[in-house]
Amino acid sequence: MAELTYREAVARGIAQEMSRDPDVVFLGEDVAKAGGVFKATVGLLEQFGPKRVRDTPISEQAILGAAMGAAMTGLKPIAEIMFSDFLAVCFDYIANEIPKSRYMSNGQVKCPLVVRTGNGAGSRFGAQHSQSVENWAMMIPGLKVVAPSSPIDVIGLMAAAVRDPDPVIFFEHKSLYATKGEVPDGEIVDRLGAAKIVRPGKDATVLALALMVPRALGAAETLAKEHGIDIEVIDVRSLVPLDLATILGSVGRTHRLFTVEENPRLCGWGAELASIAADEAFYELDGPVVRITTPHIPLPAADNLEDLALPTAPRIVDKIRRSLNA
Amino acid sequence: MTNRAHLKSVNLRNDALNEAKRIELYRLQVEIRDCEQRAYDLFLQGLVKGTSHLSLGQEAIAAGFAGAMEKGDLSFCTYRGHAHTLARGVPMEKVLGELMQRDNGLMRGKGGSMHLTSVDHGVMGSYAIIGAHLPIACGAAWRAQYKGQKDVSVCFFGDGTTNIGAFHEALNFAVVWKLPVVFVCENNLYMEYTPIGEVTAVKHPAADRASAYGLERIVVDGNDADEVFRAARAAFDKARTGDGPSLIECLTYRHSGHSRADPAKYRPPGELEDWMRRDPIKLYRRRLLEAGIGETALKRIEQDSMRKVDAATEACKAAPPTPADILTTDVYADGGWAWRN
Repeated sequence: MAELTYREAVARGIAQEMSRDPDVVFLGEDVAKAGGVFKATVGLLEQFGPKRVRDTPISEQAILGAAMGAAMTGLKPIAEIMFSDFLAVCFDYIANEIPKSRYMSNGQVKCPLVVRTGNGAGSRFGAQHSQSVENWAMMIPGLKVVAPSSPIDVIGLMAAAVRDPDPVIFFEHKSLYATKGEVPDGEIVDRLGAAKIVRPGKDATVLALALMVPRALGAAETLAKEHGIDIEVIDVRSLVPLDLATILGSVGRTHRLFTVEENPRLCGWGAELASIAADEAFYELDGPVVRITTPHIPLPAADNLEDLALPTAPRIVDKIRRSLNA
Repeated sequence: MTNRAHLKSVNLRNDALNEAKRIELYRLQVEIRDCEQRAYDLFLQGLVKGTSHLSLGQEAIAAGFAGAMEKGDLSFCTYRGHAHTLARGVPMEKVLGELMQRDNGLMRGKGGSMHLTSVDHGVMGSYAIIGAHLPIACGAAWRAQYKGQKDVSVCFFGDGTTNIGAFHEALNFAVVWKLPVVFVCENNLYMEYTPIGEVTAVKHPAADRASAYGLERIVVDGNDADEVFRAARAAFDKARTGDGPSLIECLTYRHSGHSRADPAKYRPPGELEDWMRRDPIKLYRRRLLEAGIGETALKRIEQDSMRKVDAATEACKAAPPTPADILTTDVYADGGWAWRN
């Protein structure tokens, strides 16, 4: 057992898979010699050499296109898109090419690859380097989408993503890179499509993802101590596949559902969950589904404004308390 | 452009273009022409649906490159991809079946005319987003380089592609990584409905960009299958020996419009007629006769081709439509479409 940062967990997760399978290769901008702009891939070049860990030009289309072509013909590439905002400049590969090749070819073409990308706010980088765009990926048939919130999940879900036969978009949260967690020694392999109840509770189900998980847990402490409200916090972890057995099972016990989302409100992942709850758990609910989200705005750079935009523990507490009339 | 002086010079060469190879190149061109013409006729009968982009007039490029490829080499095509797919040996019935949305189609109707794919034949897909497949071909070439395999990835695209970002990203990437990939620009003078010269900063949309990536400037007569074959072989040899990518611009002309919806009224008077005189199949037929291959042998190729097209057409007409139960198959690797438990 060792304490690792989320950042160190990224390198460990990639190294674990590269050690296991010589077909796993890694490419991206500044990922090799520089060890990544977030220092999340330090040491991989030294451990695996320049043939397997490769720096690319600033060419996001070339990065994802090359990853796809390599995956189609037998490699298992991990491609880094430095900031998830940059998915917009290579979105053809995310939306049209990588996810649809299997279907269009009637199963002839396979695309087992991982696109890992730095997602989310908190660094005061402004509107083009701070967005939470997991919903951009979630809406595309053919992709799988994960967003870990802890070091152990980074390693386990990275292993699951690399070993998965489908393309996986792997959202790392930039504001979690410095956070720490206990990680056991040896190989760690998780599975895609499994949500995790990170705090059991009886009064309400609260779904959260990535940076919103620690914030929801912080809110849970306050709600319990100061308001006598006992919430169940679920780390959704995997948007596709979506673990509705765990989520709707929880709703069946608590009878209230909240989502805490960093993505802007319109068409955020929680909207789909609210819709599913309305379809499949309507008679379990004692009140409306409540979404706690970033407003429908571009993200500002200034500290105070960015802090106002994102859901915080106090905002989560306030919203849940008022919704439950407590 | 090609003329009789050029014909004489190629006849004197003693290289891989022996009689058998020339007959193969002729057969490929004739079969592509007949199959494309049949696809057009089937449109008019309402049996081919959706859209379709024909390679009528551009057959020499598909034949010359496919004739120069080895088994295991990979083709990456655009939505104008029927010719390249047929040239790699995919049966006509599979191609026409896909265009006619039949269960015997290459992808059972799930891809359509613009996405012909046959992995078993090295046809790694036809891509309908301009430029997308150049980086993808780089990736396949990277795999060959990484694994020490000797296959070449060959990526075909039109002149219009040279003005999209992915073209430039892919060229730079392929050169920097020294990848065994060959980029083939089929310059048919029009990007969809607009003359390429009106929207491009240089005269030769691909070749005049080559120097920006440290590549040799190569322009070949795309209506001359021999010249295409030789350029292809040279580029493949370079790729296989680890000397990196090539960019080849083939000058040609589209006999029909951009797609079936386009009557191509924007062409200046006389242009089509000029190019019809340089029809690659007519030119090649004359060359083979001059080289001593008899009329009877050529007639046999032509009759066999028409028989194949007729047989494929009948098989497709008799084939059942795409079944409903494949609507949701092969979205994910488990064979289905489940996104939740």
